[in-house]
This record gives sequence, C-alpha cells and structure tokens, in this order.
Amino acid sequence: MIAQPITARLLCSALAALTLAVLLVFATPLSAQTSGGQPKSPSGSNPTASSVNEQKLLQELDRLSGRVTVPNPQLAMLEQPQGRSYQSFHERWLPWIGGIAVLGMIAILLVFYLWRGRIRPTPEERSGRAVVRFSAFERLNHWMMATCFIVLAVTGLNYVYGKRLLMPLIGAEAFADWSQWAKFAHNFIAWPFMLALLLMFILWVKDNIPDRYDAAWLRAGGGLFGGRQPPAERFNAGQKLLFWSVIIGGVLLSVSGVIMLFPFALVDLQGMQIAQYVHAITAVVLTAVILAHIYIGSLGMEGAIGAMTTGTVDQAWAYHHHPAWVERQRRGQVQGPTIGPGEVPAS
Amino acid sequence: MARMKFLCDADRCIECNACVTACKNEHDVPWGINRRRVVTLNDGKPGERSVSMACMHCTNPPCAAVCPVDCFYQTADAVVLHSKELCIGCGYCFYACPFGAPQYPQVGNFGSRGKMDKCTYCAGGPEADNTAVEYALYGRNRLAEGKLPMCAEMCSTKSLMAGDGEVIAQIYRERVLKRGYGSGAWGWRTAYNEDISV
Repeated sequence: MIAQPITARLLCSALAALTLAVLLVFATPLSAQTSGGQPKSPSGSNPTASSVNEQKLLQELDRLSGRVTVPNPQLAMLEQPQGRSYQSFHERWLPWIGGIAVLGMIAILLVFYLWRGRIRPTPEERSGRAVVRFSAFERLNHWMMATCFIVLAVTGLNYVYGKRLLMPLIGAEAFADWSQWAKFAHNFIAWPFMLALLLMFILWVKDNIPDRYDAAWLRAGGGLFGGRQPPAERFNAGQKLLFWSVIIGGVLLSVSGVIMLFPFALVDLQGMQIAQYVHAITAVVLTAVILAHIYIGSLGMEGAIGAMTTGTVDQAWAYHHHPAWVERQRRGQVQGPTIGPGEVPAS
Repeated sequence: MARMKFLCDADRCIECNACVTACKNEHDVPWGINRRRVVTLNDGKPGERSVSMACMHCTNPPCAAVCPVDCFYQTADAVVLHSKELCIGCGYCFYACPFGAPQYPQVGNFGSRGKMDKCTYCAGGPEADNTAVEYALYGRNRLAEGKLPMCAEMCSTKSLMAGDGEVIAQIYRERVLKRGYGSGAWGWRTAYNEDISV
C-alpha cells in the first residue's frame, strides 16, 4: 500500500519530463527560425562567430602571420605593430644618441684642447733621430681603414641627419641624388673596411694583449691630465682600448651590416630591425671614439702624426713612452728596422 | 575632404584573391611585386580568417617618418604616397611599416633593391594626374577620376571596403550589430590609433 503513491508520483514525474522534452524538441527549431540567428552546431556554439580576433591575437603575439599564396614569404606577415617602435627608435632616440655621442665628443675635445693645449714633447724626448714605428704595410692598412671609415661615417650619418641638415640647404632632388650615391658608397666601401679590419686584427693583435704596464698607465690617466706619461710596450693601454673598440665595434658593424646588405637572407623582419639598432648605435659610438683618436693623433699631440705618415717617430720620444718596445727592438726581437745598441740616449 | 581608409571585414573575406589580381591588372604591377595580398590566419583550423592587406595609409605613417630622403607625402584625402624620383631603395620603410606594404623590384643583393613600390590607394604619385609617366611609375590614378580603389570595387563579398573612414566604419558597425559578431577592423588600431566600437 505504501508503494502505490510512490508509483503514482513517479508516473507523474515521468509524464512531466516527457512533456518538457517534447516541448524542447519543437521549441528549438522554432526559435532558431524566428530569431534569424546563425545555424547552431550540435554543441550549441556558432562556428562562424567564433573566429580569431585581432585585438586578442595582438595581446598574445608581437606579430600576426598567416599563409599567403603569393611567392614573397615576407608578405605572410599581416601586422607588426613593433614597426612603430622601430619608427620611434629611428626618429626619436637615434638622432639624440648620435647627436650626444658625436657633438658631446667634439665638445669634450674642445674643452680638453683649451685646457691642456697641444701636448708637446719635452726637450729630453727630442733626439733628432728617427725610429720606424709602423711599417709601410701597417700604414697602408691603417689608411685604407681610415678612408673607408670616414666615407662610411659620413654616408652613414647622412641616413639619419641628412634630411634634417643637408636637405633644407640643397633641396629634395639634389639631396636624393647625393643620398643615392651615398648609399652605394656605404654598401660597397663596407667591403674594403671589413678587409682592413681583418688585416688590422692580424697585424696588431699580438701587441694589444693586456700586459703589466696597463694598470699603471690607466691609473695615471695616460699622462693626459698632467704628469708624465707612464711607460708602455709597443702600445699603451689607451691605444689598446682604441684597438679593441675598433675590433669589437667593427665586428658588430660588419655582422649587422652584412645582414642588412642581404635583406631577409639570414634573419627575419625582427632580426632586420635589431641589426639596425646594433649597427646605428655601434656606429655613432665608434664615430665618437674615432674623433678622439683623430684628435690625439694629429692636433692633440705634436709629432704623433709622423708615426702614420712617414712611419717614424723620434727615438728619444719612443724610449720615454714605449721603453719596453724599444728595448725589445734593440734586442732584435722584433721584425723590421731595429735600433742599434748605444743609439738610445740615456734618460 | 574625406579621410580615406581601407577596412577588411574578415568575416566576409572568402580568400578569392580577386583584390590582388584586380590591383595587379589595374596598375600593371611588375612581377614579384604585390601591392595587396590576402593573408589567411589559423589556416585549416577552427576560427580561420582571411584578411586582405595592403598599405593602410596610416595616420602619422611610420614609413614617412623613417625615410632618409623624405620621399613620402600625404594627400588632402590622407592617402600616403611617395616619389620614386626621390626614393633611394634603402628599405627602411619596410622595417617600419606595420603591414609589410612597401615592395622592392629586386631582392637580396648589395642593397640595390630599386625604387620602392606600394599601394597608392589608386591615387598615382606626385606627377600630373593620369599622365603616361604617372601610369608607368605608379599605375592608374582612379581617385583623380572620381573612382575608389579597384580592389575594394571588385570585392565580390564586399568584405574589402575603401572610402571615407567614417562611412566605412558605420557600414562595418551595422554589419556587426546585425550578425552579432565581428573579428575586428584589422589594422585600424595600429594604423589609425582608433578602433570601431560597436
């Protein structure tokens, strides 16, 4: 007797469920037809509406790329908002970085010149006898690199400052013609520069390894700020710093430059942008370093230019500044012209 | 003056590439150069979409900013054009362009890539309108004839729209409201620093 109401209740529930189910079966297509919405998949989702969304993709990815049916693979890149970052580097940061580096160095050199004047050899550094400092091949290679560097620096700076400084003076068309030639010069002179860099490394690396004189030389500031110039081997610590700046900077410029000469052959779009960042910043910093080198090698120090023109310096000067090198020469441990015994005046 | 823009409604694009072909034909674009192309995202996966992309004629265009010889200019309709007489083919504009629009006739040599070519919004170049020299360098100048770009005119599903930015944004807004979804106005935030709010 107790079972009967339970059975009745179950029957009622089953009927209600059936009615609901029947209603649902009829109601679903009805609502789909009247609402004019999209046909729904069995899962109830709308496959047409669930698509990739630009803003969501850009939150996850730096670049949007897909598939294209045209042959150029670069065109598979749909969108790269970091092009705006490249723009901001190129137009906002780079002119300032370059300007501060180059003009800053010129200002420092001017102040140094006004304060210190031209560094002249003391009477005891003059013997009147010459000693060969650089061989003809070393000088030739130096001037090959110097010529290339000046051409590359001027044409390189033209990419950044030309339109700001030169174009208003000579007009858009003349400036475009000049820039076209400047670009060709930049792209082709790069190769002898790289050759000179390689030769320079081979010629001078053995004389530019840090040695026991360098710490004392650096502590004394190389004698640039008063006092005597501390002794050194063939190259002092300042010259070594220059050598390694040129080698490291030159390698960075060469690698990033070759990447730019063969667009997309080695790297993708982001790599091309990074190559430009590296190339431009290295170039302006190295230009500033070379300005200091040009100053100290010509105007800043009397007699220094001779080392790279005739290849000779005064024996007494060499003995005062590079005693270890002169000693080594005297012992005949270096190739090329040597100083005979007794030719070096007592200091 | 209108502020001309492109808008690709990716939910309508069927990747037929008619816009690409129409552009090539209208302007006699040389081999290897594609002023417009269709990029398919998530190809073969759920949510796949194709977007027809060319120069978006940006506000504050990055190409014009980075150009070392200032060969770009913007017309009164905000169309970004350039002078092939001035271009030195350095390639900076390609690195700066968010949409990969600039193209070069030569690739992968000692930096002599030739003069850059890109979508002109069918508006030619700095030379006199509809002259032979303008056609040879930049293709047809449809805007000067009172016509809109060929790619958008040809679009069979009216996915690609060209015209005044306000007008095409309104059309897109109505479409999204009516069908209830939209994958976005591709490139608008990057190009124009604005989005179409629905």
